[in-house]
Amino acid sequence: MNVSDSFKDPELCKKLLEQLHNELDAPLRFMEVCGTHTVAIFQSGLRQLLPKEIVHLSGPGCPVCVTHESEVAAFLDLAEKDDVIIATFGDLMRVPGPKGRNLKLAKAEGARIEIVYSPLDALKLAQNNPNDTVVFLGVGFETTAPTIAASIMMAKQQNIANFKVLSFHKLVPPALKVLLDDPECAVDAFLLPGHVSTILGMEPYHFVAERYNTPGVITGFDPVDILESLLIMVEQRKKGKASIVNQYKRAVSDSGNARAREIMFSVFDVAEAQWRGVGTIPDSGLVFNDEYAEFDALKALNITLTEVPQTPGCKCGEVLKGKMQPNDCPLFAKACTPAKPVGPCMVSTEGSCAAYFKYQVTA
Amino acid sequence: MSESTLLLDHGSGGMASNRLIGDLFFKHFGNPILNEMNDAALLDITGPITMSTDSYTVDPIFFPGGNIGTLAVHGTVNDVAMLGAKPRYLSCGFIIEEGLKMSTLEKIVIEMAQAAKEADVLIVTGDTKVVPRGCVDKIFINTTGVGELILPEATSGAHAKPGDAVLVSGTMGDHGLTVLSNREGLNFATDVQSDSAPLNHIIEALINEIGDIHVLRDPTRGGLATTLNEIAGQSKVTIKLIENQVPVRESVRNGCSFLGLDPFYLANEGKLICILPQEKAEAALTLMRTMKYGEEAVQVGTVLDPENSPGKAGQVVLETPLGGHRLLNMLEGEQLPRIC
Repeated sequence: MNVSDSFKDPELCKKLLEQLHNELDAPLRFMEVCGTHTVAIFQSGLRQLLPKEIVHLSGPGCPVCVTHESEVAAFLDLAEKDDVIIATFGDLMRVPGPKGRNLKLAKAEGARIEIVYSPLDALKLAQNNPNDTVVFLGVGFETTAPTIAASIMMAKQQNIANFKVLSFHKLVPPALKVLLDDPECAVDAFLLPGHVSTILGMEPYHFVAERYNTPGVITGFDPVDILESLLIMVEQRKKGKASIVNQYKRAVSDSGNARAREIMFSVFDVAEAQWRGVGTIPDSGLVFNDEYAEFDALKALNITLTEVPQTPGCKCGEVLKGKMQPNDCPLFAKACTPAKPVGPCMVSTEGSCAAYFKYQVTA
Repeated sequence: MSESTLLLDHGSGGMASNRLIGDLFFKHFGNPILNEMNDAALLDITGPITMSTDSYTVDPIFFPGGNIGTLAVHGTVNDVAMLGAKPRYLSCGFIIEEGLKMSTLEKIVIEMAQAAKEADVLIVTGDTKVVPRGCVDKIFINTTGVGELILPEATSGAHAKPGDAVLVSGTMGDHGLTVLSNREGLNFATDVQSDSAPLNHIIEALINEIGDIHVLRDPTRGGLATTLNEIAGQSKVTIKLIENQVPVRESVRNGCSFLGLDPFYLANEGKLICILPQEKAEAALTLMRTMKYGEEAVQVGTVLDPENSPGKAGQVVLETPLGGHRLLNMLEGEQLPRIC
């Protein structure tokens, strides 16, 4: 068995599950901040095996889900511009904007949209299409922002002036603060995002434990990771003292990736950002600094974000704040399905509504 | 071919077309029926026949393990065979973008001829169109196949019965990930290769030596998960799939993990699903494992009565290595790589 398989080992999981059943002395409401954790819990069949007293809540950690309606509208406006090629990660193609339109439909109608796997591919696209402006849709958290920043630095070094980025990046720790400040927030502990933490390390989460006495465990995406993390949460609660623990040491260094952060903050400044369903959060977004302003698609293409009315009945915001389970939303699996999504939580592969819809087993 | 580039002239019906047909297609595909050069092929075929058509537009047109032409032969041969038939004849229509290198077309045609020979089918009629640059992406190929039913009753997705075993002839997702990684120039999965292959010989052996085959399907687009959902729906049964029994190559698993894709939904072009009574499963597996393209055959699941299963009629339930169960739904739209 290699190292990676050992984190899926059914025998070890069985032991950890038994331990969890024995140790659990009260209901535990934990939030998986990151959508990939939500999917991992379903995909592995773990949800069904966990003690019933454990309630898991989805968090605001799916980058597609927290992309604000006005930002989606901006993508669609951009798609209508002549001489613009949009380069995007695949997740964003089906996110519904105003009047149910999405990038997939815009592409079918003639917009030039390319799905790329890296911002560096978008940079190549710009080099290959010198008469067009290539705009990369910069959506994501701390995980993707450094690579996007690196591509912008490369564009500057190589004078690729027709490459632009629409920076709608979001930062995770400020969103946790909003949740913790909310008196209705009933989260006992946080399962902290593994990917984001490879960049951040532990430091930005310490306030969660110190100021709010809430445990947080940085963890991976295999069943053993998740079970060990739940045991850490239960143990901390028993002791009555919260701390931040890095369970995912095989991927996350305690100090994170300083070089990646340096690249990210060479290009971007921290600013307030709008989160779908959550609202405006101070210091939770990334905007271009003066040195790299020429690559800012907002300025270069004169894009203004306009107010978009919230979709009636859509409870994505409540779901993202852990106040509602996806299947308690009145639209879930009725008006809102993966075939006809009302909100992005039903679109993204990491969206909690999509995960509940996809993996639900009745018996 | 003396010419080096395909021109609109080659689809004109005139001398250039004749040279193309004679020097390329007849040279490589030639057989007594095609060589008659009539408006239609006169076929020697009896009894109930199966027929299937498919158009191939794969990008890139060459990929590790095959090309658009071999795929066009294998894909249609397999579709024709999946009802329990022996594929006999293929038609072949080419739509080619002007400017394609003649050497590229020749390479495709030579490999198609080899694929047809291996599958023991004749290409008996065809058509060529050359269209202006930009009207198609390099080359599209349509193939139609006909075959003779060799079972008294054709297999069908509606014939799965509770108690049946679900077998696959090998690993899942190889073709889908190969095409995707080559299309995007990703270098993470250099050792993945398409599984494109003819399955008709395995099918013939299963029919003749094992018998009582209820369902045969090739899990192409939508992969294993989608195809099993179709079968469960057609047969009004629940299918239980055991996750850690489904063979997936390590390189495919890693590539999928990197891109956020699920190998159970990726296309296969050289694998079949065979559903038959459980008591015949071991013999069928033993037979498949002795044959080319069936060496890694395994049982991956069972067909359940919905009344007595973790799912409903028409559902596929996946048993995870931890012993939990979850639905394995049909995919909505195409799989799209995720942001993080």
